[in-house]
This record gives sequence, structure tokens and C-alpha cells, in this order.
Amino acid sequence: MTVIIGIGNDFRGDDAVGLIVARAVRARAPDGVAVHESHGDGTTLLDLWTGVDRVIVVDAMRSGCSPGTVVRFDGLDEGRWPDGSPGALASSHAFGVLEAIELGRRLGLVPASLVVYGIEGASFDAGAPLSPHVMATIPAVVDQIVAEMGRQFGARDSALKDRPA
Amino acid sequence: MTRKDITVAYLARVEGEGGLSIKIRDGAVAEVKLRIFEPPRFFEAFLRGRTFAEAPDITARICGICPVAYQTSAVNAMEHALSVQVPPEITALRRLLFCGEWIESHALHVFFLHAPDFLGYEDAIRMAADHGEVVQRALRMKKLGNEIMRIIGGREVHPVNFRVGGFYKAPARRDLAALAPELEWAYGCAVDAIPWAAGLTFPDFEQPYEFVALRNPDRYAIENGRLVSSRGIDAAVNDYLQWFNEEHVEHSNALHSVVSGRGPYHVGPLARFNLSFDQLPSPLQDAARAAGLVPPCLNPFKSLVVRVVELAYACGEALRLIRDYCPPDPPAVDCRPRGSTGHGWSEAPRGVLYHRYRLDDTGHIQDAKIVPPTAQNLRMMEADLRAFVAPRVDMPVDRLTWECEQAVRNYDPCISCATHFLKLDIQREG
Repeated sequence: MTVIIGIGNDFRGDDAVGLIVARAVRARAPDGVAVHESHGDGTTLLDLWTGVDRVIVVDAMRSGCSPGTVVRFDGLDEGRWPDGSPGALASSHAFGVLEAIELGRRLGLVPASLVVYGIEGASFDAGAPLSPHVMATIPAVVDQIVAEMGRQFGARDSALKDRPA
Repeated sequence: MTRKDITVAYLARVEGEGGLSIKIRDGAVAEVKLRIFEPPRFFEAFLRGRTFAEAPDITARICGICPVAYQTSAVNAMEHALSVQVPPEITALRRLLFCGEWIESHALHVFFLHAPDFLGYEDAIRMAADHGEVVQRALRMKKLGNEIMRIIGGREVHPVNFRVGGFYKAPARRDLAALAPELEWAYGCAVDAIPWAAGLTFPDFEQPYEFVALRNPDRYAIENGRLVSSRGIDAAVNDYLQWFNEEHVEHSNALHSVVSGRGPYHVGPLARFNLSFDQLPSPLQDAARAAGLVPPCLNPFKSLVVRVVELAYACGEALRLIRDYCPPDPPAVDCRPRGSTGHGWSEAPRGVLYHRYRLDDTGHIQDAKIVPPTAQNLRMMEADLRAFVAPRVDMPVDRLTWECEQAVRNYDPCISCATHFLKLDIQREG
């Protein structure tokens, strides 16, 4: 089973992009693929992906790249995450994707395959629209995820190697 | 003069942005400041001009952990303003939804945010490697709390089914009944966790608190009650502002509340437990006593054990409410606007949450006041730190810093709520 999870907040500018991509993917998703929208609460993410074969997570990111940059990587590859360390649980409210993966790994609550699409945002202001660079990147990300859904699933397959989208 | 400075960049496992600085001069605590630099959020200002019906959904956005408390305090205040009495079926359903929020919030704080302090881990993720079963149970309980929120509230965070006068739609009996087996598991699990929590090692520290909490004649206060304190306050909701004052302090974007003419006070699980222990069901009273927890408990670090007791209470109470559930029909009472002022409160997981609204004749909000639990506890947290550090000034810096952070987390502070609050900076001289 494949699960697509779009993460974001519709009211915080480019943070909405994960949700918007998920909605577009849902319209084209084949049977057997579940598409979820999430505000990114880590415990909910653990529920959504535990016991699932393949998970694709789409989320806005703020990494310092230019806005609209899309990064696709293996979420289970520890080396891929910022500073390679588990993120401190800094807040009761912000137990997010990274924390969910780290916690899930320690508890055996991660899917067999976990691909993360990160889309660099420009503005995360309350009430702001999507920025043009982020808007422009959506069709290509949707196409890539749809193509990925259609591919024969193989756990941790070679397609999971990092590459620009 | 001898001086030593201790600095910690950021206090983790609390919500929001703030810092703590402690200055020790010649072996004495010279200054303790909880610096709240999370920006003010101006909710009270942008409630002005909105209708009475919008207050529960707007104020719910102040917090992602205790939205039901905001909604409950808001509807209590509005129904007070509009002289609306809701039938017991609606109160019971609100209480059930509120139990879901307590389960979610307490499970998260006890097992994810506070337990790592006592078990010697930096965070729950590192703790999970050695205490996987504890973390898994916490996740399952939190999920149960979420589920209660979803079924009654319409979604897991910021419920959309809550309104002045009642609910938009009453959930079906069978949907609630389906929660019973998981609640029975969670109740047993929480009761079993009471001796586990009580067995943790707590610093030897007690404070002469004035505890303040809601109290009901017939049930452990959650969704409403009278306000009582361990030093004689017994107030109706419209008397709140006669008893308490909010003060601005330069180092904090959150106001500090004090009992007028008296000083800081303590709200939250420890206050509720000490003031309403007699209203816990006898099996839970027995379980608390067996674990050595009897009122008055004056050690704030043991609030962790109290939260476990309340977690069990919320599970048991939710089971009772589901068993007795009778869908309110109609799901809401008609509410007509009128010019008036309403006061409302409830017991958020972190303590008393007070709202006051002044409405014009068309039901539009002219003025709003919201006093969250963390703002009420801020002055007490500073007093705790001052008293806690005083006999420990010679303790190694790292250890002292760690224990001061724990002392703050005793209150499960929610800085975002308080600014509608932590980085740590201990300076030691001598």
C-alpha cells in the first residue's frame, strides 16, 4: 500500500504547498493509493505511515535554497537530515516530520520506504498567497509523484537516490 | 563581590519562545527572570468587532494543545453574557470533549516532555530507545485523545463543532460507544503508571503555595465551577477580576497575575488535585495514596504524578460520560444577542483559563480579556526558581541548570498561550 501525505497550513503562505500538491495528486491517484492531508503533527504521521509499505511525504521547507527548489530524498537515510541528529523535542506543539521519523525509527514505527519531497518556500506569512516560484513548481512535482506512484514498488529501490526533481 | 555566570541558550520542551536568567551574587540568588520574548499575539484586540458567536473559534486558535479549554471558557462567558442555560446533556458532551483534551495534553507532557527529565534523557526520542514501551503507550493514549476530539469536535485540533449554546451536531451514540474499549485500556494503563511515576526521583523541594482552581460540588472540576483557593478565595466567575490583578513586567511580553494584595499563586494539576482530591473516585484516591501522593502535595516536581492521576481520571470520566451519553436534542440552545458583559472559565490542562467579553446590543464584542494559566503561573515559577536555587548555589552549573529547566517544566508552560513564553541564562557570582 502506498500513502501520500501532504503537510502544511493553508493559511501560512508557501506552507500550503504540501496540501496543494496532495490534492492534485489525489485527483490522479490509482486505486490502492491513499492521499492524506496533515498539519504535520508527528504522532498523527506515525499513525498514518505505520505498517505501510511505501510513503511519500510532501512538505514545504526552509533550507536556504532558492524559493521553488525541490529536493527529493530518502527520509530513512539518516545522513540526509539536517546535522544528522535527532531533533530535540523542542515543543509540545511542534513535534514534526523529523521528530516523527526519528521516533518511529527507534520504535520500529516507520514504513518500509519513506520518500520526502521538500519544496523551498519564500514566505510563510499568515494569510499570504503562494509565492510565484513555489506556485510554478507544483505541476512538475505532481507529475513526478504520480509517475512514482505508477512505478513498480521496490523497497528502498534505486529510485530513492537523491536527485533534483 | 564574587560572581559566576551560567548561561543556557534555549529551554526546550516548552511551547513558545522565552528565556530564563538567574544571577547569583556572593552565594545568594540576586535575580530570577523568566524573559518572555515571544511576540504579543493581540487576540484580545482582534476579537473586538467580531460577533459573540465567533469567539470560540477565534480563541481556539490561541493554542493547538488546549483549544477545547479556549472554546469552553469562551462559550461559558458568552452564555453568561446572554443569560443562556444549556441543558445537562450539552454540558456532559462538552466535558467529554474536554476529557479528550486532558488525555492528549497530559499524555504528551508526562511521557514526552517531563519524563525525560527524571529518566535522564535530553528528549523523548532518545528516551524511546530505552523506554520504547512507555513512549508507545503515550502515543496510543494521545491518539485516543485525538479520536475523542475528532468524533465530537469534527477534527483533531481546533474542533469545529463547538458553538455558543451547544454543538452544531450531536455525535451518534454508537460512534462514542466505539471508543469504550480503548478508554478501558487507557484507564488501566494510566492507573498502572501512577506507581511508575511516583517511583521517579524528585528533588526535595516544597513551596508554601496558594493553590487556585475551580471546584464543583459534585464532580472534579473541568468545564466549569466556582473558583476556590487554599487561602480562602471562594469566588463566582464575575468576581474573578476582584481577586486577581495582571501586572506588566519589563522582561516579559506576558502579563504576570497575582492575587490582589497577596502575591503569586499556583494553578494547574497540583492545585486541582490538592483542592478537589475528595472528588476523585475512591479507586483513584487509593491508587494515589498507595503511591505516597496525598494532599496537600507541595512539591511541584510531583505534578508529573498528579498528571498521571488526572490522566486516569479523564479516561474513567470519559468512559462514564460515554456510558451515560444522551445526544442533546436539539444540539444547541438558541442564543439571542444583547448588550451585556459575560465572564467564563474552565480548567485547561495547565490550569484556570478565564475569559471576559463585553457585548453591544447586536452581540458584537466591544472588549475582550483572556487570562491563560501560564500567565497566572509565571510569577510563581520565578518564586519557585528563587527558592529552589537558594540552597543549591554550590551545585555544579550543569546540574543546576538541568534542574531549573525541570522546575519550569513542572508547570508545562505554554508561552504561546501566555503571550496571546524559554531560553535559560543563569548567571552565578560567588
